[in-house]
Amino acid sequence: MSDILINHVYKRFAVPGNEVVALKDINLDIAAGEFVCLLGPSGCGKSTLLNAIAGFSHPSEGSITVGGRPVVNPGPDRGMVFQEYALFPWMTVAKNVRFGLEVKGMAKDAADARVRELLDMLGLSEFGERFPKDLSGGMRQRVAIARVLALDSPVLLMDEPFGALDALTRRSLQDELLKIWARLGKTIVFVTHSIEEAIYLADRIVVLTYRPGTVKRDIRVEMPRPRDAASPEFNALKRDLSRLVSEEQQRHEAAERAGLTTD
Amino acid sequence: MRRNTWLAALQGAVVPLVLLAIWQAASSSGLVNAKILPSPVAVAVRWCAYLAPAEPFDPANSSYIAWIFSGELITDAIGSLYRVVMGFLVGAVLALPLGLAMGASRAAFRWLNPLVEVLRPIPPIAYIPLSILWFGLGNPPAIFLISLGAFFPVLVNTIAGVRQVDGIYLRAARNLGAGPLTIFRRVMLPAATPYILSGVRIGIGTAFIVVIVSEMIAVNNGLGFRILEAREYFWSDKIIAGMLTIGLLGLAIDSGVTRINNHLLRWHRGLEH
Repeated sequence: MSDILINHVYKRFAVPGNEVVALKDINLDIAAGEFVCLLGPSGCGKSTLLNAIAGFSHPSEGSITVGGRPVVNPGPDRGMVFQEYALFPWMTVAKNVRFGLEVKGMAKDAADARVRELLDMLGLSEFGERFPKDLSGGMRQRVAIARVLALDSPVLLMDEPFGALDALTRRSLQDELLKIWARLGKTIVFVTHSIEEAIYLADRIVVLTYRPGTVKRDIRVEMPRPRDAASPEFNALKRDLSRLVSEEQQRHEAAERAGLTTD
Repeated sequence: MRRNTWLAALQGAVVPLVLLAIWQAASSSGLVNAKILPSPVAVAVRWCAYLAPAEPFDPANSSYIAWIFSGELITDAIGSLYRVVMGFLVGAVLALPLGLAMGASRAAFRWLNPLVEVLRPIPPIAYIPLSILWFGLGNPPAIFLISLGAFFPVLVNTIAGVRQVDGIYLRAARNLGAGPLTIFRRVMLPAATPYILSGVRIGIGTAFIVVIVSEMIAVNNGLGFRILEAREYFWSDKIIAGMLTIGLLGLAIDSGVTRINNHLLRWHRGLEH
């Protein structure tokens, strides 16, 4: 059963004196419970696509449906985790996690219990009364994940969530995420520019091209988890993906040299 | 840590003490006319007399507590404080909702900002003639002037505060299912608080300046009135005693506001003390 259906999606941006085609004829069919990584260099439109699924921006053409319903607005059925955490700094950790529950109008006792359960799940029980500024980047991202899990949404959208973390913290959060995914059976769309991260996590890796963003390759990863980054299969796949991504990276750099882009 | 704070306090006291000593020496030696610059001791004596109750204690007339606080200085300080608080409240209560509206709505901003930009540079003191014309004498013109002084800092900071709210918080809130009202109340308002509070602090500072000026024109008590009155009688020691009181009251208000701010902004970076 497909959970996210992306149908002939185009996204065009007007820039002074020009038009950028960020996404061109994207077609993807993501099954319920699938873990999909969108991979590509910056400027390939992977975040644009994620934002369109989240409902923050609308495709110029084409349609996106999630759980059978067309995406019109952002909503709690598609929880999003941002690279910048986006925690509300004026709320304690517990209040941040609780926010979505209160918006939903959940009764106080039920919300208390749910917050406690989520803090436990992410190893944050001790930190409920802290403010985000007192936490490390890894801890903050745990809070952001707990906040989104509170929504109980079938779909989780993650925009380079571990991009700002150091390698060790990153690995431990990746393992944590895989555990949560195995336990809760969410559909995850995960944007990254790290090839290794994509292979470590995903059931399926979608490589996007640099402008216009199209699907360059759609690869199924069949290795059993936990995946060993030192194994020959892992490295063979890494080599293939590196070639694909670096072709796009070179196009990006050529465009940059030609002054066609500023990013 | 404790030793360092003591040391810092001691260090901070050195320069004022040296200046006081030079001042006292200049006065005692007769180098300066005591009418022009009275000695620190004379000022201190005058300050105590200003603080002390005017009448001897009489249990038949009032309670002891009331008597202790019946001195001229206390009455003046309370009078000034009352005007600051009332004026500030009127100004802030008008500025806050207007600032929130102008910050959140582009249309409101376009309609109102030109007017604000024209009125804002006019110092409240320039309104003195009109304030007397409109409100007569006594507290009303003073409160009008003070509220003007508090209004614009609160307004401008509130607008800026709402406008600078990081879009990522709004996106996160929408993603978590929050509607416009919840977003305004639970995201935009708290995110704007640091700006609003710094506007409040500036507004109170302005209110305090304006209260002294306004008391020089239209009322017959308060610290501003008292130092002007002292000038009429050539009591320069009382002028300085009054000025010191103004300084101490200002310091007390500002440190009180800072404490409240630090508590309200305990979540904020860079304010961890």
